[in-house]
Amino acid sequence: MSTIGEAAAQALALVTAGDPKLVAIVLLSLRVSLAAVVFGALIGLPFGAWLAVTDFPGRRAVIVMLNALMGLPSVVVGLVVYLLLSRAGPLGSWGILFTPTAMVIAQTILIAPTLAALSQQVVADGWGEYREQLRSLGETRLGAAMTLLWDLKFSLVTILLAGFGRAASEVGAVMIVGGNIDGVTRVMTTTIALETSKGDLPLALALGLVLLTIVLVVNAGAYVVKETAQHRYG
Amino acid sequence: MRAPTSLLPLRLEAVVFETAGRRIIRGISTTFRRGARTVILGPNGAGKSVLLRLCHGLLTPTSGAVTWNAPELPGAPRRQAMVFQRPVLLRRSALDNIRYALKVSGIRGREHEDRAFEALCKVGLEGHADRPARVMSGGEQQRLAMARVWALRPEILFLDEPTASLDPVATHEIERVILALHEAGTKIVMVTHNLGQARRLADEILFLYHGRLLERQPAHQFLKQPASSEAARFLEGELPW
Repeated sequence: MSTIGEAAAQALALVTAGDPKLVAIVLLSLRVSLAAVVFGALIGLPFGAWLAVTDFPGRRAVIVMLNALMGLPSVVVGLVVYLLLSRAGPLGSWGILFTPTAMVIAQTILIAPTLAALSQQVVADGWGEYREQLRSLGETRLGAAMTLLWDLKFSLVTILLAGFGRAASEVGAVMIVGGNIDGVTRVMTTTIALETSKGDLPLALALGLVLLTIVLVVNAGAYVVKETAQHRYG
Repeated sequence: MRAPTSLLPLRLEAVVFETAGRRIIRGISTTFRRGARTVILGPNGAGKSVLLRLCHGLLTPTSGAVTWNAPELPGAPRRQAMVFQRPVLLRRSALDNIRYALKVSGIRGREHEDRAFEALCKVGLEGHADRPARVMSGGEQQRLAMARVWALRPEILFLDEPTASLDPVATHEIERVILALHEAGTKIVMVTHNLGQARRLADEILFLYHGRLLERQPAHQFLKQPASSEAARFLEGELPW
């Protein structure tokens, strides 16, 4: 118990002192996960919205598959991206394995289906309400998808948050494609895993604290944005 | 540029509509011409709203044909509009809701701005241009929906019980805009449950019963002496509205 207490005290000291190593790890984590959310959203949201308003044979199968992909194990994504980017792989010539770029690619692949599946659900609900009016105005399917994405943007904040949460907290994919190289590809989750196994609890705990705080702050911020917007715009 | 040929008359030939094994519209043939304000009456489940949606193209007939004099071209601005019982407005300002409809219609530039604001003035909402549409009262929302229609200047307007959930003052406002649209040359086709409203607005009445068009009469004649026993029972309040 006292070990944990001491580790917690040291962790707090690291955080309050703004330890440069800790700060670098946190910043890299945020950079990688936020980039993955941006790219994942650029792919996932329009696709989900389009899927919600369109109709084609096999649409249901695509939705079922997307929902299944929400549970995609991150180590499997890591492994596939590793095989693609490794020297012998088809994209080996890019030479980006064990770089933050590879980590962004892996996390994008990991969260894009989640963002698509969740936005499909939100937009489908909206489409039920708007469908007749938008069709009456002569809006195209693609136009309707974009209009709904814009109109439901405050509900989509929650979805982006879910994507960010998944990206920031996963360890498998970034560990495999990033390699957990000190100062280059070491992020919060991989550091926590490594330091815990090494027995260096203060750094692991400090990072755990930061990770928790980020998730809490982002969640609270998104909640406030959504509530304010709903109150203001109905 | 040559003015587009009129959409009207709109012809329905033996239109049948079925859904989930139920026949909602059972072979309706009729014609909607420019001019007269047409009100569709009938008891609950007669198929009034479905008929409007078939005319407006939101539903496709199971058999029969809905044909316009000069059909709208795919991708061209719509020349018909519809107002629903519950207005559907986007989460943006009142003015932006009208701008959006104009943009979809392909109307841009200076005319776009002028028309949008003029439409708000027409329904008395000029002081609410920047208010978010979704937080307006029910009556204001429906007036905004009417302003959106006004901006689009359709040749024909379908209205599906537009005042069903409004108080008398708001109802009066909506009726005033409907009459103004009629004066401006828009053909009005409206479903209502309100006999008083039918008296005030209708030039002619179509009476639907169990998916069939039982009567089509000048309003005063229908309201005084309907030809069918079903219509007489409806007017006496014996059929569920």
